[in-house]
Amino acid sequence: MARIAGVDLPKEKRVEIGLTYIFGIGPSLSREVLEKSKVNPDTRVKDLTNDEVGRIRTALADYKVEGGLRAEVSMNIKRLMDIGCYRGIRHRRGLPVRGQRTHTNARTRGGKRRGVGVGKKAKTT
Amino acid sequence: MARSIKKGPYIAQQLVDKIQALNNANQKKVIKTWSRRSTITPDFVGHTLAIHNGNKFIPVFISENMVGHKLGEFALTRTFRGHAGKSDKKSKIK
Repeated sequence: MARIAGVDLPKEKRVEIGLTYIFGIGPSLSREVLEKSKVNPDTRVKDLTNDEVGRIRTALADYKVEGGLRAEVSMNIKRLMDIGCYRGIRHRRGLPVRGQRTHTNARTRGGKRRGVGVGKKAKTT
Repeated sequence: MARSIKKGPYIAQQLVDKIQALNNANQKKVIKTWSRRSTITPDFVGHTLAIHNGNKFIPVFISENMVGHKLGEFALTRTFRGHAGKSDKKSKIK
């Protein structure tokens, strides 16, 4: 059982990949952490010894991950919203923040496409 | 692309002078400004600036959190009242 930073790591994957299941750790930070903690990135998560898990934990303590990172991100957004600047207003209204077009696309911020009209069939040609 | 750090933040000179004068005199007065491109520095904190949005001046009280942003970010230039035919749901501004 490798439980690091409050996340269960997938047992069958290599640690290098398994660590990226933690929010805030991507491939490069994962490699960095493993190098710091002197753990072979090719070992499977299930084969980690308790000692290795402990070393990874101590190496991870220097980084902001999971809850702390999420809190920081939402604090940053909240700050923007509180000072009433343009970016904050875009966040408040759930629209693209970085100047993207909203005439079309913008589906990431806009959410799922809401169709126009009920029972109206899309006309072809 | 971000502005080079070497140059330091841009602030309109006339604005710097006015803020300095107010700080020296230790008083607060609303300053009208058209310079939306100026960066807010710690000197500005506590003052109220009336920022032009192309039509009128929007009074903005500068707080500590705003340092580093540009003045223009706080005075919107567009009014969008929703599309025609749409119900009043999104008609409020801001």
